[in-house]
Amino acid sequence: MLQQFHYSNQLTFFQKIRSFDFTLLICILIIGIISIFAMYSTDGGDALYHTKNHILRFIIFFSLMIFMSFVNIKFWHATGYVFYIIVLLLLIAASFYGVTAQGSQRWINLYFINLQPSELMKIAIIVCFAKYYHRVQINNVNKIISLAIPIVILIIPIFLVVAQPDLGTSILIALSGLMVLWLAGVNVKYFVYSSLIFIISTPFVISFLKPYQKLRILTFFNPDKDPLGAGYQIIQSKIAVGSGGLFGKGFLKGTQGYLEFLPEKHTDFIFTLFSEEFGFLGSLVLLLVYAIMIFRIIRIGYQSRSFFGRLFCFGFASAIFIYISVNMCMVLGLLPIVGSPLPIMSYGGSSMLATMIGFSIVMSANIYQRQLVS
Amino acid sequence: MIEEGGNTVFRKLSTINRRMFIFSLAKAVVFTGIVGRLFSLQISENKKYLTLSDKNRLRESRLPPVRGKFLDYFGNTIAGNLEVYQLHVIPEQVEDFRYLMVRLRDILGFDNAKLAKLIKKKNKQKPWETLIVSENLSWEEFSKINYYLHDLAGAKPIITIGRSYPYSKSYTHVLGYVAQVSKEDLNNSEIIKQRNVPGLRVGKSGLEKNFENELIGTNSIQRYEVNAYGKRINQIDYIEGEEGKTIKLTIDSEIQKFTQELLKDKAGSISVMDIYTGEIIAMNSSPAFDPNLFLYGVDFQKWNEIKKDPLKPLLNKTLSGLYAPGSTIKPIVALSALENDVLSTKMQVRCQGKIEMYGHTYHCWKKKGHGYMSLKNAIKQSCDIYFYEASRLLGVDRLNETAMKFGLGKQVLGDYFPNEKKGVVPSTKWKKENIGQNWYLGETIITGIGQGYIQTNPLQLCLMTAQLANGGYKIYPRITINKNQESAEEIRKKMLQAKDEIKKRKDTLFNVTGDLLRKKTKYKSLVRNHENIKFVLDAMFRSTNEVYGTSYGSRIDDPKYQYAGKTGTSQVKRITEEERELDLETYQIPYKDRDHAWFVAFGPYKEPRYALSVLVEHGGSGSKAAAPIAKKLFKLIIDRHELREKTTNQKGVKV
Repeated sequence: MLQQFHYSNQLTFFQKIRSFDFTLLICILIIGIISIFAMYSTDGGDALYHTKNHILRFIIFFSLMIFMSFVNIKFWHATGYVFYIIVLLLLIAASFYGVTAQGSQRWINLYFINLQPSELMKIAIIVCFAKYYHRVQINNVNKIISLAIPIVILIIPIFLVVAQPDLGTSILIALSGLMVLWLAGVNVKYFVYSSLIFIISTPFVISFLKPYQKLRILTFFNPDKDPLGAGYQIIQSKIAVGSGGLFGKGFLKGTQGYLEFLPEKHTDFIFTLFSEEFGFLGSLVLLLVYAIMIFRIIRIGYQSRSFFGRLFCFGFASAIFIYISVNMCMVLGLLPIVGSPLPIMSYGGSSMLATMIGFSIVMSANIYQRQLVS
Repeated sequence: MIEEGGNTVFRKLSTINRRMFIFSLAKAVVFTGIVGRLFSLQISENKKYLTLSDKNRLRESRLPPVRGKFLDYFGNTIAGNLEVYQLHVIPEQVEDFRYLMVRLRDILGFDNAKLAKLIKKKNKQKPWETLIVSENLSWEEFSKINYYLHDLAGAKPIITIGRSYPYSKSYTHVLGYVAQVSKEDLNNSEIIKQRNVPGLRVGKSGLEKNFENELIGTNSIQRYEVNAYGKRINQIDYIEGEEGKTIKLTIDSEIQKFTQELLKDKAGSISVMDIYTGEIIAMNSSPAFDPNLFLYGVDFQKWNEIKKDPLKPLLNKTLSGLYAPGSTIKPIVALSALENDVLSTKMQVRCQGKIEMYGHTYHCWKKKGHGYMSLKNAIKQSCDIYFYEASRLLGVDRLNETAMKFGLGKQVLGDYFPNEKKGVVPSTKWKKENIGQNWYLGETIITGIGQGYIQTNPLQLCLMTAQLANGGYKIYPRITINKNQESAEEIRKKMLQAKDEIKKRKDTLFNVTGDLLRKKTKYKSLVRNHENIKFVLDAMFRSTNEVYGTSYGSRIDDPKYQYAGKTGTSQVKRITEEERELDLETYQIPYKDRDHAWFVAFGPYKEPRYALSVLVEHGGSGSKAAAPIAKKLFKLIIDRHELREKTTNQKGVKV
């Protein structure tokens, strides 16, 4: 133990640099570059507001990520709960003093950035749970008390985000949290029971939803019913992707996005635009890069000697996977439309910040993989 | 902790790893699913979505076709095109129709009555059909609309093509007019149906209607890209439509314009025709309305005014007005009598102002009587008594035959104006078939002076005069220029050939061959003996150029302009004995009861080339009301002759 402690403290700066996972880094860079091109295309082939902002943010947050990678994993373990509580407080602040846009109060104006705490919560919940289950013995995992605490931790932010209202993000937070619970060894039967309860209570939940959210769910089941209304986005998105074909229409030649048929094309629907212009092959490449990224994160988790690092990496990989698949399924018409950005690709500062924080923890876990946390 | 070893730690580790593994498998499945979905959308159904995407971004708009022009004989445009600014609204695309209309009312300044009308119109039609809010905006209004366009969602300012008639009223009855397409137009014409776009105008009457299929042209097609809001991004394709065919008329605008002036404030008609080529030089009916009115959509009040005008501006009197020809028929009666050898030119009849026949008293227009009259003098002085006797001897059926030959009772320009009225040239058979009664001899008597059943339109009389003036040969009237048309000189030669044929036929016994030969000739002779025609023409010359002739007052002595004519006065109603006693002046009689004044003429007498007919409805006597008009007109016709002939020579190049 002493030896190892000694060893990890012995890491020089260059050793730290060398122990970066460069494959993961390159994957992030590739997606970042692709996203910049895609953003350039949504601006109609001109480096306008969105493109400029996106490039700036990517550079800043990517550098931030590298910098924060040198933070010892111990720090994240130590501040796990604090991180969660800070984000929770920000969430509460957002619901009182938040900036309202598009009928939803999600943002806090920090003058240089409009921060969306719900995006940060996606990461905070994983950090918090990883810390929580780092300590809990496997025998105690399924005890009522050790189950009740994480459920409370999970329900408070979900409730706050739903109230904003932001159904998409709250679902993603819930899924990220549940994912860690599952990994930590919570009995399968609890998942089965709670999903049963969820299904039964769905109609009641739906009655509490805002009309536009109800409409979105209804139109998912039959988009052609109201092609110019709520089904419009799904239909137009499918047309865009479908018309892309094998090789795509070519960079800047996508007609659907360029001609403004695509709603929210630079945020949730960025993949649609990308897929229209670069076709099936392009989409496959993007998916592959994402898959490699997830695989690398899982690999880092495996190599991590601490439960915290391992749980976080596994949780984060799963969360990234969920973001990607929910977003893609949504734009391909396989899921109802809920606001869910595609990691790194979509325009949005908070989302990118949260993702980059996640990556920096993963990197830190890799650098300090032999680090013990207590 | 892991390093601490122990069973629980190991179990925890393996649980996490195992669950991550399961989860990774699930991930692989989901990613495969996404790839599959991508494959199905982008590869399998690519075509379908490609079409949908094209439909999304491409819009096609058909523009109104450019209508062919009408030119006069000298190539002046008499019906052309001009840009018209219109305002269209497609109710379906408007969020709040009433609000839009109120906004437009404020901007364009129309009244509430129009607003109510527009809303009513909108409720009647289908929501996707274009509603034309304004047919003709001024440039100012048009730019105003464009300025406020952001606030007028659904309003479409549009530039379309309208019709312009630079000669205004002069050509109304020849060309007709164009107006918005009606349901009937769409039902009647497949071509209009195919090419119809909002704002299209089609011919409603006259040549505009008759030549619709040639004039209409084809639509230009504009394809452009639109964004999700339907806003045009750029034009992708523009297929220029073909302009409709230009149609050149035989009419001389100067003469046509002059006829309009001559008939100003009168109801009547003037026709002028080339006696060889059959070209219509001028054809006018008065009063006329301004066809440009229809360009802007004539308002109800104005339309009512036109419709209710007692002088009937909507009626083309030249073709669709039927009148008793009066004394203008006398040359034909005389010719028919001579051709049928029922009288000799030397026969004399004593005119005492009236005559008793079959128990009726028939009057001459001259109460005192003309005294002893020969045929020539009877034509010259238009003695009615002589013609009562002549027609009694001739009989109505023989008269019918000659009159029909010379173009009465048949459409003259039926190919161009299907609505032309045929009129009536009575015969015993005609009466039996149409009225169901036997012919009375008394009816023959009045037919001889162009009264009774006989009815002609002014153009028929013009054709009759032309065919007399050219020496009694058939001609083919037309109003459009035909490239392969023979010149007047060629036609005259052919006519003389036809005359020789007749001579030959007379000389030989092979009548059968002669008949065959005659049929081959296009410009066949309408008479048996050309001496008879000469006689009649001479009588007409005297009528205008000798003392006591009925149109002596309107003669022109200069041989260049000297013409021959025949007056006519057609009674509108039977004259009672009291009226005859009173012998009122024209202005003392109520307008409706006044006689129609006729005059037919041809000239220049030495070498006739043009024939004309003048009708003044309720104008009184032909010599006073119609002949002076002809005098003025003839001068201009002859003066324009040289220019016309020159243009004729170059005709092969043009058209």
